[in-house]
Amino acid sequence: MSSADIYRELILDYYRNPRNFGKLEKFDISAHDTNPLCGDEIEMQIRVGENSKIEEIKFSGRGCAISQASASMLTELAKGKPLEWVKLVAKEDVFKMLGDPELGPSRVKCALLGMKVLKTGVYGYLGAHYEDPEPGT
Amino acid sequence: MLKTEAVDVERIRRDFPILKRTVHGKRLVYLDNAATTQKPQAVIDSLVDYYSRYNSNVHRSVHTLGEEATAAYEGARGKVTRFVGARANETVFVRGTTEATNLVRFAWGEKQVKKGDLLLATRMEHHSNIVPWQLLAKSKGATLKFVGITPDGNLDMEELDRLLGESPKLLAFTHCSNVLGTINDVANVSRKAHKAGATTVVDGAQSVPHFPVDLSALDVDFYAFSGHKMLGPTGIGALIGRKALLEDMDPYEGGGEMIREVFDDHSTWNDVPYKFEAGTVNIADAIGLGAAVDYLTSIGMDKVREHEIRLLDYARETLSKVKGLHVYGPEDSKERSGLIAFNYADVHPHDLATILDEEGIAIRSGHHCAQPLMRCLNVSATSRASFHVYNSYDDIDALKQGIMKAGAIFKV
Ligand SMILES: Cc1ncc(COP(=O)(O)O)c(C=O)c1O
Repeated sequence: MSSADIYRELILDYYRNPRNFGKLEKFDISAHDTNPLCGDEIEMQIRVGENSKIEEIKFSGRGCAISQASASMLTELAKGKPLEWVKLVAKEDVFKMLGDPELGPSRVKCALLGMKVLKTGVYGYLGAHYEDPEPGT
Repeated sequence: MLKTEAVDVERIRRDFPILKRTVHGKRLVYLDNAATTQKPQAVIDSLVDYYSRYNSNVHRSVHTLGEEATAAYEGARGKVTRFVGARANETVFVRGTTEATNLVRFAWGEKQVKKGDLLLATRMEHHSNIVPWQLLAKSKGATLKFVGITPDGNLDMEELDRLLGESPKLLAFTHCSNVLGTINDVANVSRKAHKAGATTVVDGAQSVPHFPVDLSALDVDFYAFSGHKMLGPTGIGALIGRKALLEDMDPYEGGGEMIREVFDDHSTWNDVPYKFEAGTVNIADAIGLGAAVDYLTSIGMDKVREHEIRLLDYARETLSKVKGLHVYGPEDSKERSGLIAFNYADVHPHDLATILDEEGIAIRSGHHCAQPLMRCLNVSATSRASFHVYNSYDDIDALKQGIMKAGAIFKV
């Protein structure tokens, strides 16, 4: 696989026109993290609706195309889903969402930053703790 | 391969076995020398030679191997000392620049810095010349302030003068910025600092590897650099300190070798520099650093510098033709070292580095351990191509081609 495949139209589109980008005025969940390797930065905010559903979700931050597109796509997937759904999201789901790009170990961190922030926020809200399986750089 | 006249690049490249390897089927174009340099065969051989012929502990064994190892280790210290124009007994072997600044933080700072004191660093420092002072300030109740930079990437001398007017205890500044390439006028800045009563800690990590450094003309108190950035092994570097300061300082780590006598309730210290080299030292890598110094000396640091200036000029000219590419740091190649930090349109440095990697090109992308500087430049990351003596015009052409490819993929 070549970088032309990693940076396909879809990822570039989400990078340049991120969906759900911004901040919520009222939110119940907020989480933030950075990727120490490259300084990629993601913040997510969620308003929880009836039946513990994700009523509104927005993200903000800056970083590479992979981290920003991944976070944006994740917010689209998450919107309307029950909070419990977030517990079921696995890294394979994120890779699939991105079109299964072949990423080196350092770039995998970029791809998974959004998921980490989402899980950290939601787990905390649910009274649980999200343990990053691969902490640090 | 085009020669730059200053050195015979083709011949030099043959000394570096790693340059023969391919990455993703492409010729390796190694442009990440500010992070770490490659090693010539002579350095690799010196390590193999030590381990296979005279591996032994130093300073404590009277047998033949011990004598040989000690002679080689102390010989390497002498080479390093002469290489930077330091005086005997002022060179402490450490793990690298980071350990050097931390050594000063503990051994000098704990004793000298008091509550309410002012410490100064600059906004173009690497984290290794910021964080130790932050920690020191915190533990002592001192204040850390920063000297800013001008829009063209130089130290803000007015702000420096103003802050020196507040009688700081310490001025920590870099000889050469690992992002902007800026070469600071160390002698002048250090003189100003001394007039204000401050002790100076200078980060030489990006200067000693790239141009001649003569500490006898620089009037600094502490000077730090890393072996792995100057063709030597990892895990070894040097702290050069003024002898009187080193003698006045408390030890850094306690243990074997650094003592003269140990009693139940107290100990006395070995002479400088041994006072700061507790335990079994990094013998092999010190010897390797000595070999790196020999190698650089055989080429001549003035030639290394001349070569890098030509590469820099060529790179600036080549990259100036790439639309949307912005280079950071001073304009004049004579005022900066052989590295170029840049951003290219809205292609994030990490994405660019991934695309370049596929072409066999290694550059650095990110904040380069200089986040306060990134904030000054109002960016979160940059790409950086940094040169050493084995780089060629071809490498720069390859870099430009790679950037153009990224441009095509990102539809810049
Ligand atoms: C300017 C500068 N200072 C300090 C360092 C730290 O060196 P080391 O990691 O070898 O301690 C580096 C390199 O990373 C550097 O570029």
